[in-house]
Amino acid sequence: MTRLSQSFQTDRAALVAFVTGGDPTAANTGAILDALVEGGADIIELGMPFTDPMADGPAIQAANIRSLSAGTKTADILNIASAFRERHPTVPLVLMGYANPMTIRGADWFAEACVDAGVDGVICVDIPVEEDDSLGDALRAKDVAVIRLATPTTDTERLPEILNNASGFLYYVSVAGITGLQQAAQASIEEAVARLKAGTDLPVAVGFGVRTPEQAADIARVADGVVVGSAIVEIIAEHGADAAPHVKDYVKSLSDAIRSAR
Amino acid sequence: MWTESLPFAKRFAHMTKHDKLSNSFRNQPDERGHFGQFGGRYVAETLMPLILDLEKHYRAAQADPAFAEEFDDLLEHYVGRPSPLYFAERLTEHVRKEAPEGKGAQIWFKRDELNHTGAHKINNCIGQILLAKRMGKTRIIAETGAGQHGVATATVCARFGLPCVIYMGATDIERQKPNIFRMRLLGAEVVPVTSGSATLKDAMNDALRDWVANVHDTFYIIGTAAGPHPYPELVRDFQSVIGREAREQLLERTGRLPDLLVAAIGGGSNAIGLFHPFLDDPDVEMLGIEAAGHGLEKEHAASLAGGKPGILHGNKTYLLQDEDGQIDEAHSISAGLDYPGIGPEHSWLKESGRVRYDSVTDTEALEAFQLLCGTEGIIPALEPSHAIAAVAREAVKLDKDQIILANLCGRGDKDIFTVAEALGTEI
Repeated sequence: MTRLSQSFQTDRAALVAFVTGGDPTAANTGAILDALVEGGADIIELGMPFTDPMADGPAIQAANIRSLSAGTKTADILNIASAFRERHPTVPLVLMGYANPMTIRGADWFAEACVDAGVDGVICVDIPVEEDDSLGDALRAKDVAVIRLATPTTDTERLPEILNNASGFLYYVSVAGITGLQQAAQASIEEAVARLKAGTDLPVAVGFGVRTPEQAADIARVADGVVVGSAIVEIIAEHGADAAPHVKDYVKSLSDAIRSAR
Repeated sequence: MWTESLPFAKRFAHMTKHDKLSNSFRNQPDERGHFGQFGGRYVAETLMPLILDLEKHYRAAQADPAFAEEFDDLLEHYVGRPSPLYFAERLTEHVRKEAPEGKGAQIWFKRDELNHTGAHKINNCIGQILLAKRMGKTRIIAETGAGQHGVATATVCARFGLPCVIYMGATDIERQKPNIFRMRLLGAEVVPVTSGSATLKDAMNDALRDWVANVHDTFYIIGTAAGPHPYPELVRDFQSVIGREAREQLLERTGRLPDLLVAAIGGGSNAIGLFHPFLDDPDVEMLGIEAAGHGLEKEHAASLAGGKPGILHGNKTYLLQDEDGQIDEAHSISAGLDYPGIGPEHSWLKESGRVRYDSVTDTEALEAFQLLCGTEGIIPALEPSHAIAAVAREAVKLDKDQIILANLCGRGDKDIFTVAEALGTEI
């Protein structure tokens, strides 16, 4: 059993919480990650900031800019991850981000760094299966999960290619669009989750545009995990260095809703 | 008509699987869209099925004589091709005054600035809008830097009656006001992009964000030979009309091939369009000119000279970036060259050694701009002014009977405000 597989339970959906590392500064992120855990998040997605986050909406774009403007380096993100691993030995942490910061020193270097920092998996937005060999092989060789994305445009013919060599969980991006803007209709989510689960034994987590406890509960009734990102990042934007308690309260409202959903 | 009346598949026979010559420089990319280690399809999963569909439709278009016929017809009667090949006699004489005895090559220009809309960009836009039509797409988006690609895209959208949204950096909007008005006259919506450095790369980010949210009906007309496969390939193929015409025209006029080709490079579409048809002519040297901005040790836009390989905007290529892979902001006086990356085929041509790359500063480009105005009565865009500066530099090293052929890829009307400001003149 890996930390990731243990975090998906049969009686309820897991809460996957995203924040951008180093937002508003690298010194604040540790407390914010602790607040996610205390609020009831089961899996932490730590965003690696990038100058050109093409798949992100305004909230996470701004978080990337805040982090980089504060001087956040890749080394800071890895340090945040290692420190989290020491404080929370059982909570899975995955890195999410873009190809260039992940591969600039070589895929093997990055895989090794993930292992050293206790990172359980990696979600790379702009490396589709067609380019998997530029990062996936190195991660798999070190037993770091390669978490794949499926989207509304991923058809039945393409799905097996995405599932091949996927690990950790399958992240269903429920909206064809960028992060944080709109939410998909519940019916389309249910249909998609059923289709994905027919093709894989991996847990299926659903994200993009999830904001309210009610939305989270609706998804939790049909999926193995609920991913929330932009809404948390907006709280950090509002409260800055004092965001941790606000983040904890908000995450708790999601977590409570998810726990009572089924 | 000038262009060969062959379907694209025949024109680009070197690209079909069975005809690949192992010793050719013209058989890139491979089936995965890789030019050596460069290129590829580094896009979000949402876009991946669309990119694959685009490739499928492009292959079908390449094999369809009707597609090539419509492309050629529009280039001839709408764009005004073939563009002239011009011997710049007075510029040649001027350069010879500074040259050692017996030196001072003949300077020839491919006049793509005479195209409808004033630059080479329209060649590619015609090809891509025909593809959009084949794919049944009903809405067009594009990014633009100098505004030339935006104007060309708005033009073909008006011509084909499709709605058009152009993403343009707020900084670029400020320095290219005439082109904004032209785009709006042509019916396009121009969306100012304020994120990041508010220039071309940020406009491309926002265009990609629009595309990912509107995949069902939208076609993204990328303006340069970059982005995810098959864009670098298809943009090159559409722009190769420049090199094919130039080759034929120079052979007809002088009975020989050029000794040196020169073109400016931002993303590199005019350069690859000129170079590609000559890549397997071993005696033709090629020189691509990047923008050195304030100087290579300061702010510039020379990705090959000052960058290293990385992944951005769907492809792996040379990028200006820091040690963490964060993208640096580029600088050039020319908005069209102000991009921290370069098309992947150029990265490959640099590494293979087939093409030489060098750079020209803002100041040198401004001097060359004025030189061409004064010697030839041609106001060039700031982009080819970079190539012209390099032409003058190279011509003095070559013998009098040698030939330099440079691409005059755009006209300078759009740049007069920038140039006036740089020269300290009010207009």
